[in-house]
Amino acid sequence: MPIFDGLANKLTDITARMRGKSRVTEQDIKDMMREIRLALLEADVHYQVVKDLVSEISDKSKGAAVMESLTPGQQVVKIVHESLVDILGQTSGKIAVSPSGFTVLMLYGLQGAGKTTTAAKLALMLKKSGKKPMLTSVDVHRPAAAKQLEVLAKQIGVDCYIKPEEKSASVIAAQAIERARYMLCDTLIVDTAGRMTIDNEMMEELKLIGQTVKPTEKLLVVDAMIGQEAVNVALAFDKEIGLDGFIMTKLDGDARGGAALSIRRMTGKPIKLICVGEKVDDIETFYPDRMASRILGMGDVLSLIEKASQNIDEKKAQDAYERLKKNQFTLEDMLEQMEQVKKMGSIKDILGMLPGMGAKNLPVDEVDDNAMEKPAAIIRSMTVKERRNPSILNASRRRRIASGSGTTVQDVNRLIKQFEETQKMMKKFSGLSKGRKKGRGFGMGNNGFPF
Amino acid sequence: MGFLDVFKKGLKKTRDFVSDGFNKIAANMGVFDEDMLDELEMLLVQADIGARSATWLMDKIRTHIKKTGDASREAVLNQLRVGMLEIVGKPGRLDFQKGSLNIILLVGVNGTGKTTTAGKLCSRYQKEGFRTIMGAADTFRAAAIDQLKVWGERTSTPVISHDEGSDPAAVVYDSIKAAQARKADLLILDTAGRLHNKQNLMAELAKIRRIIDREAPEAKVETLLVIDATTGQNAVVQAQVFSEVAQVSGLIITKMDGNAKGGVAIAVSQETHTPLYLAGLGEGVDDLIDFDPDSFVASLLPEA
Repeated sequence: MPIFDGLANKLTDITARMRGKSRVTEQDIKDMMREIRLALLEADVHYQVVKDLVSEISDKSKGAAVMESLTPGQQVVKIVHESLVDILGQTSGKIAVSPSGFTVLMLYGLQGAGKTTTAAKLALMLKKSGKKPMLTSVDVHRPAAAKQLEVLAKQIGVDCYIKPEEKSASVIAAQAIERARYMLCDTLIVDTAGRMTIDNEMMEELKLIGQTVKPTEKLLVVDAMIGQEAVNVALAFDKEIGLDGFIMTKLDGDARGGAALSIRRMTGKPIKLICVGEKVDDIETFYPDRMASRILGMGDVLSLIEKASQNIDEKKAQDAYERLKKNQFTLEDMLEQMEQVKKMGSIKDILGMLPGMGAKNLPVDEVDDNAMEKPAAIIRSMTVKERRNPSILNASRRRRIASGSGTTVQDVNRLIKQFEETQKMMKKFSGLSKGRKKGRGFGMGNNGFPF
Repeated sequence: MGFLDVFKKGLKKTRDFVSDGFNKIAANMGVFDEDMLDELEMLLVQADIGARSATWLMDKIRTHIKKTGDASREAVLNQLRVGMLEIVGKPGRLDFQKGSLNIILLVGVNGTGKTTTAGKLCSRYQKEGFRTIMGAADTFRAAAIDQLKVWGERTSTPVISHDEGSDPAAVVYDSIKAAQARKADLLILDTAGRLHNKQNLMAELAKIRRIIDREAPEAKVETLLVIDATTGQNAVVQAQVFSEVAQVSGLIITKMDGNAKGGVAIAVSQETHTPLYLAGLGEGVDDLIDFDPDSFVASLLPEA
């Protein structure tokens, strides 16, 4: 998020200016409210929602908790965060199941919101939970839209009914229902064509399809990057066809996703699921507190932890840890760890997820994502024997490694030195943990990072 | 129909929104006071112009009022127009010559309309007499290749493709070789949508860009970033990151006709200074028109 600074940082700045004053004044609160307003607008929260929220927050902030606090900035952030969580999560967001035993889920949205991909993700999620879903595409407008769904369905092993030659969406829908019942499926997911809400003809088509399939759940798919128009889109769909909830997509991007707040507040309908990646299993339950942190740019420690646990190979980490304990940590292990860290993505991205590490605090120029490239190249230029036993590295071997990795002998020396330091540190740790309870990590978790 | 009319028609919603809003604010009195200026700022933000550009525009108006003491509706409107034009810049035109190879590389995040734009561009240049060829370098999204092939059939243009899941850089390489062998005037390359914070996907794009420079040094290359007009302030970040990685030379804003208020065009221009070449104003083959800053700004604001 290069151009956004976290709201927390801004409020802390204001509080810093107030230092030395005995108490918070009305003007200070006003300044803070201005920052909150800007932060929410920059996060694409709808202006009306911003206006209402800021006045609510302002009232709450005038209470004793803030005015008499030693850390009013943090108190206000807390109030803002709580208000957002409040709006985002008033009702639960489970996908409903029809009591008749045959559930129809229908997906709507603007063009390019990600309906087709979401349909497949939803089907896989249901399949994993023991349902027997079927997919169908009634998109008769975009070229190859039905084909796209069919390919995805094949990937996840779910039945799919398409009819590319048929020009009437509701005819396909009716046939799909029949087919799904015949196949003894318990859920039909209907993927519709993307449309603008101002396109009356297209909105009529939706109503027609709706009459045919009688959807149990009508879900609007919303792109997390959408701007101020989100509310109007959601309200228009809701008015025309009556929505049951939302699915937000592309949350793996770096958009703040203020739309989530706007549509939740303006329609009162829950956000049921979020999509966080391009793979078919990248669909998740919606967590209001995480979303609130994201909108405020407060960093997302929970996501960071998840990212780490997703990308780090438990077994490899455990092996490295075991060897560490026995003081057998080698350059091979070091290389392995560098690769594990790299898998989590760019170091800048990871730092950005930490609270208080907004763009402003981040010395972007000093964070070099390629910092780990050089040592990795050096280690890769060593023979297996050298990696396991660096003490055999004489001057001639070091020269060979340097030219092999495109570095200098000094670089190689530096790496070896660093490695020896690490090893020394490990020795201390392993000594410590032996002294204490056995099997506990060395205060860094058991992922075994030396850095 | 002139550009202005096309814009006015396509942007009817935006136009009604901003100009009605403006007129409503100015309706009570002929002159603007501080509260009305605040309301105007909110109006701009609502059109996705962005807090930053809106503040910039409002500062301009406030400075003008302070200097001249003229806070009339006309003065405010004029300052707004001048400011917007200053941001959006001079009109930029895609300039391709027949008889030598030109390459358009379409890039952008997921779902902005790259494939559709590729089809529209193909049809447009074909009508102008260009020998066109398309490369389906979106090998990731299911059926993206088929979608482009449909456009290829509609415009009787050969589409160079590999299997789904294959290396897009290889498709680009083959497409360039095919374009050179067939003496095509214009090669349009459709790429997979990618979120700009995905490092490996952006690296893939950088590689594609390098291959174009290496294999077709003689060609005139335009890397065009396709932005969805419904996007909020994230569009600015998209433009910045894509420019860094793939040397974006121009922008295309799609879906300007529908729900979007299109103000994001101003937000992006303010931050990137990259020319806005084209605007997508509908789903028809001919709904891709040259972006004209004067018409665009004129269509946003009420008549003086």
